[in-house]
Amino acid sequence: MRYEIIFHGRGGQGAVTAAEIMAYAAILSGLYAQAFPEFGAERRGAPVKAYFRVDDKEPIYERNPVERPDMIAVLDEGLILRLHPPIYTNLKSNGWIIINSSRDPEKLRDVVERKDVKIAVVNATSIALELFKRPIVNTTIIGALMKVFNVIPMENIEKAIRSKFQKDVAEINIKAIKKGYENTVVIE
Amino acid sequence: MSMNKVLEKKLLEPLSGNHAVAYAVRDCDVDVISAYPITPQTTIVEKLAEFVASGELDAEFLHVESEHSALSAAIGAAASGARAFTATSSQGLALMYEVLFIASGMRIPMVMALVTRALSAPINIWNDHSDLMASQDTGWIQLVSTNNQEAYDFIIIGYKLSEREDVMLPVMVALDGYIQSHTIEPVQLEDPEKVRKFVPKKKRPVTLDPEKPVSFGTLGDPDWYYEFKIQQAEALERAYQAYKEVSSEFSQYFGRSYEPFQILYGEDSDAILVVLGAHTGTFLKAVEMARREGMKIGLGVIRMLRPFPPEVSKYLSQYSFIGVADKAINFGSASGSYLTNDIATSLYLEGASSRITTYIYGIGGRPVKIEDALYVVRHLWRISKRLEEVPKKPVFVGVRY
Repeated sequence: MRYEIIFHGRGGQGAVTAAEIMAYAAILSGLYAQAFPEFGAERRGAPVKAYFRVDDKEPIYERNPVERPDMIAVLDEGLILRLHPPIYTNLKSNGWIIINSSRDPEKLRDVVERKDVKIAVVNATSIALELFKRPIVNTTIIGALMKVFNVIPMENIEKAIRSKFQKDVAEINIKAIKKGYENTVVIE
Repeated sequence: MSMNKVLEKKLLEPLSGNHAVAYAVRDCDVDVISAYPITPQTTIVEKLAEFVASGELDAEFLHVESEHSALSAAIGAAASGARAFTATSSQGLALMYEVLFIASGMRIPMVMALVTRALSAPINIWNDHSDLMASQDTGWIQLVSTNNQEAYDFIIIGYKLSEREDVMLPVMVALDGYIQSHTIEPVQLEDPEKVRKFVPKKKRPVTLDPEKPVSFGTLGDPDWYYEFKIQQAEALERAYQAYKEVSSEFSQYFGRSYEPFQILYGEDSDAILVVLGAHTGTFLKAVEMARREGMKIGLGVIRMLRPFPPEVSKYLSQYSFIGVADKAINFGSASGSYLTNDIATSLYLEGASSRITTYIYGIGGRPVKIEDALYVVRHLWRISKRLEEVPKKPVFVGVRY
């Protein structure tokens, strides 16, 4: 089974690293995986996309950007509310939107024009500010994503984090993932 | 059909193309790394600097003031008998242009990684093959990887090939900027001991040595220059057979092998689309999708660009229609495409009458969507069914014009 996820963020929020962590964890789990950013000149604040493909049976050959994702993970709610056409336009039916938002999840549900998709909401910014003192929300969003994505075991996400970050940074990010997971509200 | 048998169900390392190259350089126990450390340099040399700093690689790391100097320093190191490496990209390679000929003319064994990117102007930091293609006539052996595993393997194969006494030529290993260099994917890293056994360091017959002084790159007057150049051309021609031998030995060691030119789905196809580099996989996907729609198109993958593999014309001459996908524009040339010029020439010399359609794509980082690849495959199929004329000019895929 092939799953394709797009991480939408703004430069500096860690969307690219989020996709890379997912690919690390998938490969550590013995799966085929691929992660790559939408290639742009890196600027803090500019919209950024990062792509993640995973497959439990077939190798992944293609390198075109993900065009019809199964899930999108949105690190900045402004990207959901203020872009036209909306970033979920090409999301597959029954797909998932994982959103970082401080809004009431039910109200957010009403704002999303697609009624054939499911949403998971987490206030990742407040968790990140509490843990990192900075709004780097990528690992918290991974926690929220893991709530609805069960292809990769959580222990391998932790392993990936430990192989990518130094010890104390890794531990705090693992904490962010756990908090993200616990505080996610799922609306099917 | 499996394109790379490496992806078996065993645990692999998640690596970017840049890091895959750096690991290969470490595993080959390179002695000297020279690099101009800022843009358009990549994380290849960053990772190598880490390996040197941590003691994982016992090498001299030279920070130089330009790419011109980076290659010059590598040449000097290699001439003294050291195993040398540098990496570059885009304008960096362009700045090396003069020195590229000196490396091949002096018969310097070394390996350079090229992370392929577009050339200025306009300024563009994104991917295409303009830098690679514009350097194809500089006398280097050029191996073009399609994934990060191949980038790792070609560095290792590159040293073995480069240092053979019947070759003694520099090797350029290309990987696509961003599409490979910044993509994390599974790579099988080999035991460094085993890699070093595969590429042992041997004393070369002639090196710069104060005990036994010689000159490299000295004046070649009209009485001798011609002979030097003929020998160089013959060495590059021999590199083809040498590559096959090295590749076969590599396969015995590590279980992976790469033909200079490979055809996938060739048997029953009406036409072959020739590709190289990272989007080989995207075109393979498109070919497989089109075949499910009944369009019998095969894929030809070039992994050795120089010397140009003789089997390209041998295999392709069996088909009436050939498509060539090139990620560079060869300005003002007969076909407008570097790759088409080579393929057309080789087919003509073979006496073949195959018709070629050129597709230019992905210029300056223009995203290649699956529809773009499918468009190429379907267009080529219509040509093979004579539903469409063979265009005399390249088809520009994905351009707004």
